[in-house]
Amino acid sequence: MSTKYSSGKKIIFVFLIFTVVCGLACSQQPIGQSNNLTGSSGSGTVSLLGKGASFPDPIYKKWVSEYGKVNPNIRIDYQSVGSGAGQKALLDKTADFGASDEAMSDEDLKKGDGEILHIPTVLGAVVITYNLADVKEPLKLSAETISDIYLGNIKKWNDERIKKDNPNLTLPDTDILPVYRADSSGTSAVFTDFLSKTVPAWKEKVGANKQPSWITGVGTGAPRNDGVMGQVKQTPNSIGYVELTFAKANNLPTAQIKNKAGNFVEASLEGVSAAAASSVGQMPEDLRVQITNAEGENAYPIASYTYILVYKNQPDAGKGKTLADFLWWAIHDGEKFTKDLHYAPLPTEIVKKAEAKINSMTAGGKPLRQ
Amino acid sequence: MSQTGTVGDKVFRVILFITAAIILLIVAVMIFMMVLNSMPTIRQFGFGFLTGREWKPALSEFGALPFIYGTIVSSLIALIISVPISLGIAIFLVEQAPKKIATPIAFMVELLAAIPSVVYGLWGIFVLAPFVRNYLGVFLENYLGWLPLFQGRLTGIGMLTGGIILALMITPIITAVVRDVFEAVPTTQREAALALGATKWETTQIVLGNASSGIAGAVVLGLGRALGETMAVTMVIGNSPQISASLFEPAYTIASVLAANFAEATDRLYLSALIEIGLVLFLVTFVVNALAKLLILSVTRGRASAKHT
Repeated sequence: MSTKYSSGKKIIFVFLIFTVVCGLACSQQPIGQSNNLTGSSGSGTVSLLGKGASFPDPIYKKWVSEYGKVNPNIRIDYQSVGSGAGQKALLDKTADFGASDEAMSDEDLKKGDGEILHIPTVLGAVVITYNLADVKEPLKLSAETISDIYLGNIKKWNDERIKKDNPNLTLPDTDILPVYRADSSGTSAVFTDFLSKTVPAWKEKVGANKQPSWITGVGTGAPRNDGVMGQVKQTPNSIGYVELTFAKANNLPTAQIKNKAGNFVEASLEGVSAAAASSVGQMPEDLRVQITNAEGENAYPIASYTYILVYKNQPDAGKGKTLADFLWWAIHDGEKFTKDLHYAPLPTEIVKKAEAKINSMTAGGKPLRQ
Repeated sequence: MSQTGTVGDKVFRVILFITAAIILLIVAVMIFMMVLNSMPTIRQFGFGFLTGREWKPALSEFGALPFIYGTIVSSLIALIISVPISLGIAIFLVEQAPKKIATPIAFMVELLAAIPSVVYGLWGIFVLAPFVRNYLGVFLENYLGWLPLFQGRLTGIGMLTGGIILALMITPIITAVVRDVFEAVPTTQREAALALGATKWETTQIVLGNASSGIAGAVVLGLGRALGETMAVTMVIGNSPQISASLFEPAYTIASVLAANFAEATDRLYLSALIEIGLVLFLVTFVVNALAKLLILSVTRGRASAKHT
């Protein structure tokens, strides 16, 4: 009998100890992880962690895998968690580099532990897609029309303001259902930046933001690019906006947008490159720029750079060197992957400016690249 | 020997007490942390946070009422659709169906419970939303269009579709629990009722009466899942923070707004607002669960006493 009791007790004690040990182990796990992240890497394999925008995720994944082939002892992980989260990760130092479709604000830059560099990597665009069964030719839209649709001023597809730009199309007498991004996103930021620049009423009522103040009662929100695409594809007479890469990959119908020169331009890599080329002269010293509504006959007006964000002074020389080399490779050799993945490459002048930024990276006062 | 026995009992009791205390501790720590982290918005908006109708993060305006409304109404729609169906399935499985049919159906019900919510969401966009837009919504508009509930733009994306998706998701859970509860009712009771000349329907009524507290538990469990469900609802409810009488119009739930925005909330006040709305979800769940339990308990108590007289 007594053995029975003692074995029961043993089990209970083992259980208790197990619980305590497990609790300790669990509580220590994140600390261990963060040590790995920021700790010195020394010789052998160097691993980097990047977090940020979902828009450049396909090409960053491609770069990481291609770069890994050339440098087998380097391991780079990129997590697409969103532009805002990427900026936050850099500020909190939970990643070695951040990525964002939007340049960081002056206010956020001040929160950083040292100077933060913006390295432009590729360019992308936001397209307007729609679901109109009987419209075979591309719809033509101006900033004012898009703004009026999303403000609820244009309610029907056969409104005079839409017909004016599309005299050849027979537009239905049906309600328009605008679809927007429900989550905070760089895509919304670029889209609303374009409308804020061009339409005063938009700037006043909705504004330019990753998560702008949508007019209540107009349209529906959907999560992520695939959510917007799903709703537009499934809902007749709807309209929405998604990234160019996403629209190309899924063969969505896209509208031609009226640019600053007054031409209706199709969303294409050439149009994005034209917008980038025409705005090269306006590039500020810190490379933070919005190129929506750019000059130029063929410029697509809803285009944008996407950035990798790094600290100018790297905390770890080994990791910093790896990061600088990777960035250098990305803006030179990496650019050749842009076309297949529907991104526009950086203009040569911008590559030069980005080179200077990468060369200015240091660790402990010493430059990382010569 | 008896001494070792008492020691063993004491250890046993302490361990049980610890496990029970852990639950209380977790809840207390969660509430404490959420209150602590939502202090900025609690200070700035106070009670107005709960009654405000405007949600504009870019302008630092935070009112949670549309989300509270959306969460409660979508869950109610889900319960109204789901509870009768679940009870029907469970009664059929336990009381009526021969084993050959009952086993595969029960298996399918359990399978439904295991489907990830994002799959329900995709199915909602591609199948349910067009169905609501082209058939169900049109039917409701034609026959019940005089109700404000079924007026307005019919796009297939909105409160009604969100409620139906939730109903589908909680039906297997409620069914599975209710079925187990029915099976726990002693067969002798059924036999006694039948022996006294009761019909199948009357026998089922007796079983229902005896299982009522278990059914209450099942409904509360389903309600809990409906209130907290995120992905599937986000994909079909339209995510527009508005309060509209029409079930065709888009709405927004607390869980959806949290899931869509938490990762990207970098602003301190915005983060605080999201945490506070999480706290609100906590309270809403608590209050709704408590009300549901009270309601069902009062109903079952009435029935139990009626049976005794």
